Amino acid sequence: MQMPKPDEATIARRSDLVAAFRDFLPASHVVVDEATLKAFESDGLTAYRQPPMIAVLPETTEEVSRILTLCRDWGVKVVPRGSGTSLSGGALPLADGVLLGLGKFNRVLEIDYDNRTATVQPGVTNLAITHAVEAEGFYYAPDPSSQIACSIGGNVAENSGGVHCLKYGLTTNNILGIEMVTIDGEILRIGGKHLDAEGYDLLGIMTGSEGLLGVVTEVTVRILRKPETVRALLVGFPTVEQGGDCVGRIIGAGIIPAGMEMMDKPAIHAAEAFCHAGYPLDVESILIIELDGPEAEVDHLTEIVSGICNDCGAVSVRVSETEAERMNFWAGRKAAFPAVGRISPDYYCMDGTIPRRQLPLVLKRMSEMSAKYGLGVANVFHAGDGNLHPLILYDANAPGELERAEEFGSDILRLCVEVGGVLTGEHGVGVEKRDLMPEMFTEVDLNQQQRLKCAFDPDGLLNPGKVFPTLHRCAELGRMHIHRGQMPFPDLPRF
Amino acid sequence: MNGQDFTPTSEEHLAEVVAHAVAAGQPLELIGRGSKRGFGRSMQTAGQLDLSGFSGIRMYEPDELVMSAGPATPLAEIETALAAENQELAFEPPHMGHLQASAVTDGSIGGVFACNLAGPRRFRAGSARDHLLGFRAVSGRGEIFKSGGRVVKNVTGYDLCKLMCGSFGTLAAMTEVTFKVLPRAEKVWTVLAFGLSAEQAVRAMAEAAGSPHDVSGLCHLPHDAAARSSVDFVSGAGASVTAIRVEGPGPSVTHRVAALKAMLGSAAGIEELHTHRSVAFWREVRDISPLLDGATVTGDPLWRLSVAPMDGARTMTGVLDSLPGRGLMDWAGGQLWLALEPGAEDGGVAAVRNAMDGGHATLIRGAADLRARIPVFQPQPAPLAALTRRIKNGFDPRGVMNPGRMVEGV
Repeated sequence: MQMPKPDEATIARRSDLVAAFRDFLPASHVVVDEATLKAFESDGLTAYRQPPMIAVLPETTEEVSRILTLCRDWGVKVVPRGSGTSLSGGALPLADGVLLGLGKFNRVLEIDYDNRTATVQPGVTNLAITHAVEAEGFYYAPDPSSQIACSIGGNVAENSGGVHCLKYGLTTNNILGIEMVTIDGEILRIGGKHLDAEGYDLLGIMTGSEGLLGVVTEVTVRILRKPETVRALLVGFPTVEQGGDCVGRIIGAGIIPAGMEMMDKPAIHAAEAFCHAGYPLDVESILIIELDGPEAEVDHLTEIVSGICNDCGAVSVRVSETEAERMNFWAGRKAAFPAVGRISPDYYCMDGTIPRRQLPLVLKRMSEMSAKYGLGVANVFHAGDGNLHPLILYDANAPGELERAEEFGSDILRLCVEVGGVLTGEHGVGVEKRDLMPEMFTEVDLNQQQRLKCAFDPDGLLNPGKVFPTLHRCAELGRMHIHRGQMPFPDLPRF
Repeated sequence: MNGQDFTPTSEEHLAEVVAHAVAAGQPLELIGRGSKRGFGRSMQTAGQLDLSGFSGIRMYEPDELVMSAGPATPLAEIETALAAENQELAFEPPHMGHLQASAVTDGSIGGVFACNLAGPRRFRAGSARDHLLGFRAVSGRGEIFKSGGRVVKNVTGYDLCKLMCGSFGTLAAMTEVTFKVLPRAEKVWTVLAFGLSAEQAVRAMAEAAGSPHDVSGLCHLPHDAAARSSVDFVSGAGASVTAIRVEGPGPSVTHRVAALKAMLGSAAGIEELHTHRSVAFWREVRDISPLLDGATVTGDPLWRLSVAPMDGARTMTGVLDSLPGRGLMDWAGGQLWLALEPGAEDGGVAAVRNAMDGGHATLIRGAADLRARIPVFQPQPAPLAALTRRIKNGFDPRGVMNPGRMVEGV
């Protein structure tokens, strides 16, 4: 993976830049010592490491504005960072760049139960929002598996999902407003407590923009009332196909469960060995189906869903009787990554999405690839919305295995696109999938996306090297070839 | 300048037409079915770009909850196909043809997305922008491009679907839209509370929205609007009507309706509507029928306000205290519809926007000269307005796509 070549002239001006930052930031908020900078050298994608030139840790929106203005004036690149849990290298620093850490933006600013909103600073963790409102019976719906650590600002940057997206949507469907700072230091407020922001949907564009368009300094999310009853079913199937078929039949029956997760045999065995959740070991796949709502509804749907599972050939159907049992069903799924980490020295987590019905084909092709590359693979799958997380097992100390794992991963993502899916469902493009973007998009598609980038950041200073495989200058992208006097399709009907 | 009208039938034709418009400096008005031509600022376009060649459902997989269609496909055609599989567009797009003096009463699916329209279920299910998964389009540069896909979970590249929704055709002409569809509820019941003031209604709706009873519609019709309903229990109430919709499987709906009635208490008169009347009632609310004069189409100003739900009553009362007209509150108070009587020189824009504390107001209908004179969309602060112009410039640098439809120069 090639990152943009560090600019030696910028690195040479490092001490001047530090002095300029310290004009308005406390010295301790401008990090320059190597040991501390090393703490920022990677995010959740640990295969890539690069300490930043400088890290700045502002506390106020005005400070963020001054930092960005300074960076623009000096032509210095900026990498924003929340908690640094990105799985795609979205917060990977640059050797000639400033790392803008938002960890000090950690306050819940306002909770408005009547309007059902919470306004928080971007460094507040995803789970802390739920903690702040749960005493009143509310919660924040998107729940990425890193929710104990990941920040809401990072969730906005990545449009994070979780296991309940099928019914409750992703980050983009659950935020109402943001305050953001542009690279020009301009402070913009988009949306608020009302449901639709005016004008072009900048809130929608900022969500999932991976830190390339601006720095979010405040987020207003919508909070929901906790459902009265939540119940999970743990269902075992003799084949993967039957499990996949069952998912389609449940949705076909007009039921949208709160969550519908699938694990294949290697993942089941790894999880069971790790946390003894009581998963059946004599099956090829399990489904965890969560139903929530009023008790009368959950009772009613439990019966229907159990019936569908039996019709699909389930060999075991267990319904959680208590909250402890429900949590136990989830324990194995939620611990799947560390569990796989115990059976293999390293693993590489992929994140493609496919149309659900392609699952059997994709799993079959994946096992063929597994044989070809000589590397094992365990699958956990947000089955309801088609989001696959194959975990490729490898040993980084064995020569060539990391490269083979990456090639295997790329082949899986190409396959996802081939069957009508996409490269990334919730982890983001970052540096990881950057060079695969042409698998899904033409050059025209990618150039149009970059023109949007140009509207926000014409000099390309925000998080360069992420998302786009080729960086064009905005002036070049703005050019238009006009064929004067040419009549299009003379035979076209005109009125 | 002599305008030319075009009816391309393929993406390549369309790209050529746009390239020609750019070369000839001829701005185009984009038309799907024409039901919303009176929505937005009055434009000075020389020619029409008729997109009716891009019509028809191209892919529908009910078990995958996804459909693709040409943007000019009539909304009714889509809804009929979905209903046959017991599915629907969860965001309940309003049918707006009846608001305009237009020959076409039924809009297109492309128009629904381009205007980002949503009905009563919006506060729970999201808007049009939350359902568009992917699209193909020709930009104002005359280039064919796409974004998104056909799956719900997708963070590959910028989410241009969001940008297309609510851009009113000012960035690109869509040639295909792919969107999420959802199962239709088995049972639709509604709890009605009679005689609440707007302020009391907002409180009651907030309580219902914050309850575990998973409500999917919360609206308030003052007495004059309720009297115009075609649903007997509503029009015959002789008072204001606050309505709470509950949808889902049978046993769940009966349980929740009982719980909501208990929650509302006996202070107000309470009634319930079962599925047939419920569906008719919420269709009226979706299409704003209780604010209109029956079949008579007028050019009287009709405003849509998006505000924090708890500000709904105060804002509506604030406007209607100073200007004659009728209003209704949807989205638990978060969306206000105000039909003003003619008279005010400015169409009520000053009174409407002065009554607001945050949020935005859009003139949905008004005489052409009014729409040329006043800001139809909420004016933006200068830095946001400048950003909007730069975004437009990246898609349509020569301003050939619906120029000025939203803001002058965009």
